[in-house]
Amino acid sequence: MSNSALPVPRITKGTATPASSAGPTSLPPAGESGGAVPLLRAGTGFFGRLSDPAFGVAMMACGMTVMIILVLIVLELVLNSRLSLHQFGWGFFKTQIWDPVAGNFGALPFIYGTLVSSLVALALAVPLGVGAAVFIAEMCPARLRGILSFTTELLAAIPSVIYGLWAIFVLVPLLRLYVEPWLAKYFGWTRLFEGPPYGIGMLAAGVVLAIMVVPIISSLTRDVLTAVPRQQREAVLALGATRWEMIRMGVLRNARAGILGAIILGLGRALGETMAVTMVIGNRPEIAKSLLAPGYTMASVIANEFSEATGNLYLSALVEIGLALFLVTIVVNGFARLLVWTVTRGVPARVHAQ
Amino acid sequence: MSQDRISWARTVKDHLATACAVLAILLVLLPLAAIFLYLMQRGLSSINWAFLTQTPKPVGEVGGGMGNAIAGSGVILAIASLIGVPVGIGAGVFLAEYGRNRFGNAIRFTADVLNGVPSIVIGIVAYGLVVFRQKHFSALAGGVALSIMMIPTISRATEEMLLLVPLSVREAALGLGISRWRTTVSITLRTAAAGIITGIMLAFARVAGETAPLLFTAFGNQYWNWKLDQPTAALPLQIFAYAISPYDEWHRQAWAGALVLIVLIVSVVAIVRIVASRGLLKGTN
Repeated sequence: MSNSALPVPRITKGTATPASSAGPTSLPPAGESGGAVPLLRAGTGFFGRLSDPAFGVAMMACGMTVMIILVLIVLELVLNSRLSLHQFGWGFFKTQIWDPVAGNFGALPFIYGTLVSSLVALALAVPLGVGAAVFIAEMCPARLRGILSFTTELLAAIPSVIYGLWAIFVLVPLLRLYVEPWLAKYFGWTRLFEGPPYGIGMLAAGVVLAIMVVPIISSLTRDVLTAVPRQQREAVLALGATRWEMIRMGVLRNARAGILGAIILGLGRALGETMAVTMVIGNRPEIAKSLLAPGYTMASVIANEFSEATGNLYLSALVEIGLALFLVTIVVNGFARLLVWTVTRGVPARVHAQ
Repeated sequence: MSQDRISWARTVKDHLATACAVLAILLVLLPLAAIFLYLMQRGLSSINWAFLTQTPKPVGEVGGGMGNAIAGSGVILAIASLIGVPVGIGAGVFLAEYGRNRFGNAIRFTADVLNGVPSIVIGIVAYGLVVFRQKHFSALAGGVALSIMMIPTISRATEEMLLLVPLSVREAALGLGISRWRTTVSITLRTAAAGIITGIMLAFARVAGETAPLLFTAFGNQYWNWKLDQPTAALPLQIFAYAISPYDEWHRQAWAGALVLIVLIVSVVAIVRIVASRGLLKGTN
């Protein structure tokens, strides 16, 4: 009923009952342009003929903008970091010293911090994210499914700065008072949990990142799982498998490339995440083996020091860190997209074909 | 019947796996619940009329608020939407209607790559493009940074929605002799409008909470500012600044600001969800 305003019904109605709609639209205005051409063509004049190509060009310009933006990003990053690129060369990524006063810059502590915090995050987020996705896609009753996927969506919509705020006042005290002493007591022998429990540090950053990355991993994994053909499940069940065996053999095994892609996309997000990490990692440019010690990441050094950087070399070194971060995330994301695409590619095609 | 033959160990394993999955989803939802609880508890008690309408007070004075930051966020988001929405829709139309070729694929891939660029890097780029040329921080620079983040999301969402419109609808319009651009604007885009608006609102919700790209573009401001070429306060920036400060009064305000921000974002997401559940296409139900 309410859909009767749609183009499709309107057209069919028009052809079925010609008398009712024999208005101005259905009568050809004695064609001076001849035969097959257009009843409704807005104008056959100069403007009318140009409007189609003009529209196409305008849309293409919008499409081109996307490419131009990427080119601008690369240009800005390369041009603004050339001072530092020239001065330090590859040594920039191997040097541990970050001394703005003396003008000595090396990015190693930040690279280390970014990698370690992201790996801690993945170690926590992968089992949880995949487990949650398996539950939503395979186990939970249909009525719960909508609510659960909405809540995980919500988790992804919370801004980074709010995660950071929550982490400073809730998570960090929790880690300092309970989790870190416990880890130091029982897992101190791994030498990963040494030193005083500040609360703030690499571990806190990893935990916040994990919370932020879980929704991405779980929603993408869910998409991949639902893309596995139904027959796979039915075939395994028909062989007498339990539900878990069906999930393991029929679903997870078929979807593993896509799940890996989801995990790597999560990694891409973790690598570039700025605010929440900056607020809890402690911001000290040192490489410490212990996860309880403060660290620094590539994104957070830019966030903290960019607007206060004095001198062109300092600024240029920060932009170079940005350039490195950009390149790494592009490679990571491109690889992940490819993996997800190999699993889900059949699905959108089917949607479009109908 | 066949259930009987499944061995004890396999049954236990099955139940164990279910238990693990349930545990995983609970652990995933726990932080969400905790964050909302704390936001409510700490935020609600600090929100009042002064908070929503006044500018920040100096350290030590009680009171004041984030009125200027809320307004500033509005200005920056308006600029971002003005640039990002038309360009994003245009790019989406191009991809769906003209982009079924290699060039379209290249743009599609570029949009996906842009989607993954860390927001802090976009901040650097907007700094170079706008702030560096203008010689000072501005609302305009912040808006440009956020629009760069909106464009790829909106264009991919638009494309997806346009592809859902059946080809027969386009053919019907073209068969009536309506020109191609008119078909796209009045028929295809209109049919997909609800879905496209959903995509726009999601993109909006995503950039509304962005902080990193504003750090050295909009920069922040302690006072009211309506000039587009001057440093401007933004809600996420203010939350960040107050959260890392050592003052209890400012912490209180940070929670209140966070509550305002999250209410804004969640209501956008919820509206989207309701619209989406009614069907993204006007025609398909």
